[in-house]
Amino acid sequence: MKKKDDSMRLSIDAKNLGYRELNLKIRNFLNGSGRGNDIGYEGNGDNCSREVTIKNALGHRYIGDGLKGDALINVYGTPGNDLGAFMDGPTLEIFGNGQDGIGNTMNSGKIIVHGDVGDILGYSMRGGEIYIEKSIGFRGGIHMKSYREKVPVLVIGGSAGNFLGEYMAGGIIILLGLHKREKAALPFAGKTDIIGNYTGTGMHGGKIYVRGNIEDYKLGKEVRKSVAGKDDLDLLDRYVTAYCSLFNIDRKKIPVSSFLKLIPCSYRPYGKLYAY
Amino acid sequence: MALELKQSEFEIERDKNKCISCEVCVRQCSNDVHEYDSDQDTLYSDNSKCVGCRRCETLCPTGALKIRNREDQFKTNYNWTSSHLSNIYRQADSGGVLLTGMGSDRAHTVYWDHILFNAAQVTNPSIDPLREPMEIRTFIGRKPERLDFEINRNKDSKESLKDTNIKLKTKVPPQLDLSTPIMFSAMSYGSVSLNVCKSLAAAASEFGTYYNTGEGGLHKDLYGYAKNTIVQVASGRYGVDVDYLNKGAAVEIKIGQGAKPGIGGHLPGEKVTGDISNTRMIPEGTDAISPAPHHDIYSIEDLAQLIYALKEATNWLKPVGVKVSAVHNIAPIASGIVRAGADFVTIDGLRGGTGAAPQIIRDNVGIPIELAIASVDERLREEGIRYRSSIIAAGSIRSSADVIKAIALGADAVYIGTAALVAIGCHLCQKCYTGKCNWGIATQDPYLTKRLNPEIGTRKLLNLLRGWSLEIKEMLGGAGINAIESLKSNREHLRGINLNDRELAVLGIKHAGEAW
Ligand code: SF4
Ligand code: SF4
Repeated sequence: MKKKDDSMRLSIDAKNLGYRELNLKIRNFLNGSGRGNDIGYEGNGDNCSREVTIKNALGHRYIGDGLKGDALINVYGTPGNDLGAFMDGPTLEIFGNGQDGIGNTMNSGKIIVHGDVGDILGYSMRGGEIYIEKSIGFRGGIHMKSYREKVPVLVIGGSAGNFLGEYMAGGIIILLGLHKREKAALPFAGKTDIIGNYTGTGMHGGKIYVRGNIEDYKLGKEVRKSVAGKDDLDLLDRYVTAYCSLFNIDRKKIPVSSFLKLIPCSYRPYGKLYAY
Repeated sequence: MALELKQSEFEIERDKNKCISCEVCVRQCSNDVHEYDSDQDTLYSDNSKCVGCRRCETLCPTGALKIRNREDQFKTNYNWTSSHLSNIYRQADSGGVLLTGMGSDRAHTVYWDHILFNAAQVTNPSIDPLREPMEIRTFIGRKPERLDFEINRNKDSKESLKDTNIKLKTKVPPQLDLSTPIMFSAMSYGSVSLNVCKSLAAAASEFGTYYNTGEGGLHKDLYGYAKNTIVQVASGRYGVDVDYLNKGAAVEIKIGQGAKPGIGGHLPGEKVTGDISNTRMIPEGTDAISPAPHHDIYSIEDLAQLIYALKEATNWLKPVGVKVSAVHNIAPIASGIVRAGADFVTIDGLRGGTGAAPQIIRDNVGIPIELAIASVDERLREEGIRYRSSIIAAGSIRSSADVIKAIALGADAVYIGTAALVAIGCHLCQKCYTGKCNWGIATQDPYLTKRLNPEIGTRKLLNLLRGWSLEIKEMLGGAGINAIESLKSNREHLRGINLNDRELAVLGIKHAGEAW
């Protein structure tokens, strides 16, 4: 990447800012404007090479919400809920843990979190990629869907809580099972478990890859185990390699042959529900 | 295994003397009821397939057809009605959930019909709306708690008012500006045809009010009407991206719908064809499943989070509202929604329409809109937060009288859905879920959708809005009121008739005959 001149970079100390002020500063800078509230999502694509660094994030919500273009936003500290909601392009890199609702209804772009994150990761996400170094809470990847060239991808380094991929309609979830959480923090029993209960309940599209085996009782009744084929291995190789290079992990530690594939039993789970 | 007696609901009478065998009925009926036998040069009709939409009857050039409701389908029984019996037969055959369309047709009390509006006599004069200005313009959105002004008086001037410069200091949150307190409620492209969407959008934009996309995304042909579009965000998030959110004049989070409180929706894959797949942003032929709850909303706090996420995504430039069905605890629920930051709360009552809903839910779950408006308005006032959100009432508003009663009970504006569809041809056959609507409304079949010309549709809707608005002005003037704002929650202008004490108490109105 070309080195950016200083006018294309902004550093913000979020310590004494409310989330609205912080997000307004980010937007104004990405729009190349200093105008008050008169900022538009339309402008955000114009200054695509801009970079924003936020220091001391302390639970500020909605960072990256609804942003377009392909700006780079680095966050140090702990950003708040709905990070990157409705986001459509930019890359967010979080040097710390994330909270709930990351990538809510995200359309495209990339979110990288160096740590753990909370519940409802990637809810209804339609495109883009999210890489979580460690573990996620409950309800990850609910109702993810793909459309045309858009295929949303969640790569989770650690474990995932209950309801992973519920109602999933498209996209890819990859669960690596590294970095197991402290026992006390585990939302489910057992040291070796990397996934919670009700995985893939109501799933009717997309794929979930889990490293190692999981017990049948953890699966929702709409999902079944299947064997990864050649295409799956290529795909896994691509995303596992990306994960390893983002988080400095030895690629050889994660052979792609060790994955189990979960797919929906039916693409029309509710087809026979009604009497006409 | 057709052992049970499956009777037709309708009887088709064809007057052989009038019928000229032109076959209009054959071509018009998508249910294949009529058939021409060329050997006999006669038309036959199969009563059992008729859904009673009256299309053939309306279009028969010689008036030879009569569609009659068939009474006494089964032996008369007040408990085991014909509809119970035929439903059981259908379910014993299929084992499925019974679907239906449009609002409930059960004999629930229609409170509108038990409420009477007031008029002024002697003690305060009535106003003639043809001669004097009547204000029915309505603003939807959060109102400030108080207004602050900056007053600069020119000290040297004698005429103090003339030389005084007054400026509003308070920043007023974004508002929708309606020329009449009536909007078109959420109807998605997919549940209705694109020609219906175009008619609604064009009429809303020409009249100066709003239509609502429903949860089906925004078709590109409707982009031109963006200023008059309310975009909906439902649990499936179909067609929702940041461009969609910013195209609309307001955003409505759909939690529930009067016809199916508490349940999600499934648009079956067969109906997700080319254009619909594009606007919903899902692949063709896949089921569009809207989960019953938004899985990122399990509490009022979570709702607040989505409301503010949407405000952020739209740069705080648009009102963000929440639509819920009228359920038993609607008053505290609405209070929570207002406190969560909603700029408007849409409440959809028991009799609200739908393109498809399980009949058992539609007919048995929720409460009538009249009671819901009254109790929500009352609660928000008690808590001193009524100004924070507008209330939009929906769920079977059938006439301008219903509109004016809704406002006097405490609503700011109403949404009309069924009434708008009736204006463009719907005959309430309630078979919308079959996708074979003979009136070209609830269908995507190109042969049927072309029956509705969007220009004619627009004109009819404009006429309806105009007629109702005139009537509202007449009624307002008659009551001696010249601005709709003064009627809001002014329940002294309402009286109940044939209602018991509990009903009157919930509605917050006196019985007819009771004066101050
Ligand atoms: S379904 Fe409609 S068009 Fe067909 S016969 Fe019955 S009333 Fe006529
Ligand atoms: S929209 Fe069509 S199918 Fe639905 S009730 Fe009206 S006429 Fe019947």
